[in-house]
Amino acid sequence: MSKKKTYEAEDFSHHVTSMGTYFAIFAALMVLTALTVWVAFQDFGSLNVPIAFAIATVKATVVVLFFMHVIHSPKMTAAILVGSIVFLGILFLLTFSDYLSRFWPMA
Amino acid sequence: MSEHADTAHPALRHHFDDLNQQHAAGTLGMWFFLVTEILFFGPLFFTYALFRSGSLDPSFQNAFIAASHHQNITLGLTNTIVLIASSLTVALGVYFAQTNKKKPLVLMLVLTLLCGVAFLVIKGIEYNQHFAHHLFPGQGFHWDGAPELARGGQMFYILYFCMTGLHAFHMVIGIGIFIYILMRAMRNDFSSDYYVPIEVSGLYWHFVDIVWIFLFPMLYLIDPASKH
Repeated sequence: MSKKKTYEAEDFSHHVTSMGTYFAIFAALMVLTALTVWVAFQDFGSLNVPIAFAIATVKATVVVLFFMHVIHSPKMTAAILVGSIVFLGILFLLTFSDYLSRFWPMA
Repeated sequence: MSEHADTAHPALRHHFDDLNQQHAAGTLGMWFFLVTEILFFGPLFFTYALFRSGSLDPSFQNAFIAASHHQNITLGLTNTIVLIASSLTVALGVYFAQTNKKKPLVLMLVLTLLCGVAFLVIKGIEYNQHFAHHLFPGQGFHWDGAPELARGGQMFYILYFCMTGLHAFHMVIGIGIFIYILMRAMRNDFSSDYYVPIEVSGLYWHFVDIVWIFLFPMLYLIDPASKH
């Protein structure tokens, strides 16, 4: 929007994701949302929870890759994100191992 | 002012070499913040997993199912759609900033804010229904289901209010951020050379959207067809 064009030394260029991609991602997220609701009303036994979690993870991955541009970002970004999820996993693992290996007298 | 002030981009801060470095540093910093956010929400998800799995008290499995039947799936689904739509408008806002289209950019930011407010209004309607049905945990909590599931039912609503409350708090912050971004967009602060603030605010907004993507099945869709 600025009319000053005196800084050619800095030629700033970033990947521009097209509008079509954004709308396609939105459509995919809507389909996956519908799938989330449909799956919840089916009886897959003990698989219901893993399926719901898997769909949510796919949705989150799509948002991260395209809306948050990780697919076109430096690898460092993905490394930081994956690293944080690994640490969340460690947090879950160690805390679960504590809770599940204790004796809890239930009233 | 440095000696190349006449040629430097007006948006370039003096401690960066160029706009590319400034952009990379800005987004990287935001990602580090989001990492702390993941670990901030993490313990709530852990607590949910611990109780929902029935690891501590097996009756909590059925109690969570029974409690979630008080949830309004239609409102929860509407909010999911509203929030994903707002993520789309944020993403399109970045696109219009990158392509120097100010009017569509302002429109996208306004739509994002409207979606954010709509989400909070719907959330408020839901909270109101929970209060009316005495589902807010504490002294006034009233459980009309099987008495042996009352403890687990109350635990579900403790987690529900903590998780959706923390999420809604993030939405309020996000709305504040986007009001600021909208004001800056209206006074022509952004261009295809400089849109880091929109990009990083967008990252935050998408993160909040992702939290909700996980909360929706966890809090509204626990075996909705069962008879508990």
